[in-house]
Parts: sequence; structure tokens; C-alpha cells
Amino acid sequence: MKILVPVKRVLDFNVKVRVKPDGSGVDLANVKMSMNPFDEIAVEEAVKLKEAGIATEVIAVSCGVAACQETLRTALAIGADRAILVESDAELQPLAVAKLLAATVREVGPVLVVMGKQAIDDDANQTGQMLAQLLGWPQATFASKLQIADGKATVTREIDGGLETVEVPLPAVVTTDLRLNQPRYVTLPNIMKAKKKPLDTVAPASLGVDCTPRLTLLKVVEPPKRAAGIRVDDVAQLIDKLRNEARALP
Amino acid sequence: MPILVVAEHDDASLKSGTLNTITAASAVPGAEIHVLVAGCGCAAPAAAAARLAGVAKVRHADAPHLADHGVENLAALICANAAGYTHLLAPATSFGKNLMPRVAAALDVAQISEIVAVESDDTFVRPIYAGNALATVRSSDAVRVITVRTTAFDPAGRVDAAAPVEALDAGADLKMSRLVGRELTKSERPELSAAKVVVSGGRGLGSSENYHGVLEPLAGKLGAALGASRAAVDAGYAPNDYQVGQTGKIVAPQLYVAIGISGAIQHLAGMKDSKVIVAINKDPEAPIFQVADYGLVGDLFQLVPDLTAALG
Repeated sequence: MKILVPVKRVLDFNVKVRVKPDGSGVDLANVKMSMNPFDEIAVEEAVKLKEAGIATEVIAVSCGVAACQETLRTALAIGADRAILVESDAELQPLAVAKLLAATVREVGPVLVVMGKQAIDDDANQTGQMLAQLLGWPQATFASKLQIADGKATVTREIDGGLETVEVPLPAVVTTDLRLNQPRYVTLPNIMKAKKKPLDTVAPASLGVDCTPRLTLLKVVEPPKRAAGIRVDDVAQLIDKLRNEARALP
Repeated sequence: MPILVVAEHDDASLKSGTLNTITAASAVPGAEIHVLVAGCGCAAPAAAAARLAGVAKVRHADAPHLADHGVENLAALICANAAGYTHLLAPATSFGKNLMPRVAAALDVAQISEIVAVESDDTFVRPIYAGNALATVRSSDAVRVITVRTTAFDPAGRVDAAAPVEALDAGADLKMSRLVGRELTKSERPELSAAKVVVSGGRGLGSSENYHGVLEPLAGKLGAALGASRAAVDAGYAPNDYQVGQTGKIVAPQLYVAIGISGAIQHLAGMKDSKVIVAINKDPEAPIFQVADYGLVGDLFQLVPDLTAALG
């Protein structure tokens, strides 16, 4: 059983986001980029399934600029077997990425796609669901537990009211939530080994996908800042302020 | 413009996010709002939707195979009835986030996620980078599939005159997935994402016993919902659906009380639109104090019981 794991290169989650003064976007020049944290959880889960003898091969795929090779090498260092870069300098929105991934699925032949539920840059939370629809597959999003047996995935999902367990026949798309696993630390020997693993590059055109953006970004601004607050000395002063200044107590 | 709002409900009643989504739909110029209520035995939420301000028609699909609100069946039902609509909206809850991208892909259009403002019929504002930036985007698609950040819009009011409720063919059962079960958190408290007051706890509480023992009396006094930071949920102090933040729930109550929460940007993303923020933390350097209107530095195990007692 092959597992495909799409991974995205994003601004590292610890880096402070700076909006460009001209309002054209977020400044990504000379800042640390990393694998989207939810995708790291997805790679970890796929590698675990291989270590458990359930998966035979884990293939990482990324869509984007040449530098995504670094992200793919990270996936290989965690334990993916090989990687595919769908290389494009153009802006790729979730629908285009889902189409590129669908074409990749048809070529590679996985029966399970495990991917992050959302990327921490555009916070769209779309690509996995779109991919499932494009392939005509069932989906199990926001997974906090995944079991594979008898050609089925049993997935515990984090939903607003608590937890939900669904059973989907394979092939299927599963998207990961935070508590699915704790990704392992990548060791130096594994980073060295990852450099020797195969990484193929393909062009979007060869997959027959039109990647034209559907949304035009008009401007990006910083959200309004909160006015500076005050320190109160004790509980009595806090209650006084909440009652008489903020009028926030019932 | 004919707009379809997909209602979130549990067959007994509408979820509050549906009301905020209807208000967002009303902000589209010339909106004529239809509400889709799909489920099994869901006449009550359909009737409730018909009495919401701005709703012109309710489309009610009722069938056993819709009982689980399974995403594959719902997406197919929406697509089968999407003709003629310029906008399809759902709340950006776990329900809407799961469902709408499937609809968008089937219609070959982009989705615009978690909008916080409607600028025109094709232009919307949405947060990116955990709310550290606001992007204004214009759609070039004929149909705009949208999820709505519910805290950014007021709930639609109720009206006396009911809009017509029309029965809809529920379509076929695709049998693509099966619900095994749900473990819903039982609570007497208000729903977190719609609560007027939220008492939220972090790693500083130290244990599940402390989380409940220290916070519940205060939440009881304030009539508050309980929330938690990711650290507290990961450590098992609180259930997953209590998590407030970039990837958890987004809240904007009148009063948010952050207790033993340091204030990672991922947490701030979920609560910084609250009207009044109170932070209680022993670390005077904790980033939570940068967004708090009122900060109290000290031992939460002493301060919170004192606060609870003083509220009388």
C-alpha cells in the first residue's frame, strides 16, 4: 500500500509575520521557511504506518518553487522513501494544488493520502477536501487517530462538540489535526541518508493542469492593534475596573 | 442575488453559527437568501430558519441517509441544487470547513475561507497567518463558495412572518463513509464560540484536577464557557473542543479571562478580538499581557479563588 503525503513550505511558525509597507503581501524575504507543522504530523503518521508494516512506500510531494526541495528533504529525513516536486514559480492556490495532487495520485497510485488539515500561511483549510472530491474519494478530516485495517480507515476526528469516529473505505484522503502524533526529531544520520533518496521534478504542464489563480489579492493590511492595557494591583482593583470602567461584568 | 446558506444543525435545532452566516450573506448587495436544512427529522431547524430575518426561502431535505450529516452526501446534495446561486455560504466551523471545499472543487471554483467582511459581491476580507494579516481578495469565479468567521458577524434576528419551506429531493446515498460514533463533550455551560464570557486556562493550571477545580467555580459565577490553550489540551487538562486558537475555536466574547496562559501567537489568533481581555499569570513577561486590557501578575491558585469569592 502506497501513501502519498503532500507537504507545503511555509513561513516558520516561530517567525514574526510582517506585512509589507506597500500592502502587497507578507514579507517572505530572508526569513526562515519550514514544513507546515500539520504536514509534518502527516509525514510522521505515514512513516509510522510503514514501520508498522501497513504501508509499503511513503511518497512525499510538494507543489511550488525549487526551494521546496528542502521541505521534501525534511520529509525524506523523517522517513519518506522518495519525493516529487511539482515545480512552479507561479502562485498556486488551493484548487490548483488539489488538481496537481489529483494528477499526481493518478500517476503514483496511492490508496491513502495523508496531509495537513491547513497550512499556517493562508489558513485556507481546503486542499485535502478538494482533492478528495476531485478523485471521487471519501475524506476524513481533522484526524486525531487513524487505524488502517481490512481496506478501511477508521478515523477519530476533532469536531466542534468533541470527537467523531468515521469509517471510510480506501482509497481515501485523511487530513491531520494537532493531536494525531508527535513528529520525531530528525537525526543527522537520517538527514544524510535523505540526501541520497530519489527526488523527481515535474512541471505542472506535464500533468495537464491549468493553475490560473481564481482569487486576486487586492491588498494585505495589519489588523487593528489593541490599545495598551494596564496592570492592576489586586483582585479588588480588577473587579472595580471590570465593573466601572469596562462594564464587562454581568 | 440568490444566495444559498448551508445551515448547521443537529436535527433538533440550528447551531448558532448559522445565524451569523445569514447576517454575512445579507451583507452581499441585493442578497436573496435561501437556507438549506438537510438532515433526518430536521423539520424543527427548518422551521426555525424560516423565521430568521432576511431569509426568503428554506429548502428542506429530509432522508435517513442524511442522518449522520455525512460530508460526501451533503456535498453532492448541495451541488445538485447549486444552479442559479451566485454565492454558497456556510459557517467556518468544523462542519463548514469540512464540507465547503468539497463543494467548491465539484463546481470547479475557489473557496474563500473564513471571511470577516463583505466588501462587494465579489470582494471579501479574510485573515491569514493566524490573523496577523488581513487579506482583501476578489473572486473571478461565477459562483463564490465561502465560509464565514462567525464572530465577525452578529446573529440574524428572529421575525414573526415565516418564509416558505420547500421540500427538496434528498438525492441518493453515496455510501462513501460510515459514522461509527460521536463522543460529544457534555457541559451545562454556554457554547464556547458563542459565549458572552469565556474563562480559559493554560499550562499554568498544572493538571486536569486544577483546571476544573480552579476554573469551574469562576466560570459558574460569570455564566462563562470554559476554554483552553493548546498546551492545556495537549497535556490532557481539557477536551480538544475547548481549544481556542488559530486551529481551534475562534472566540470574541464580551469578556475573556486568560488564566495561566502565556499567550503564544497561535492562541492570540483565537481570542484577540474579544472586547475585554483579562490575564492572570505569574510571569510578568508573558506575551498575553500585551493584548490584555487588565493584567494581574501573581499566583493563579490564590488569585482565582479570591476573584471567585469576591464576585459574591
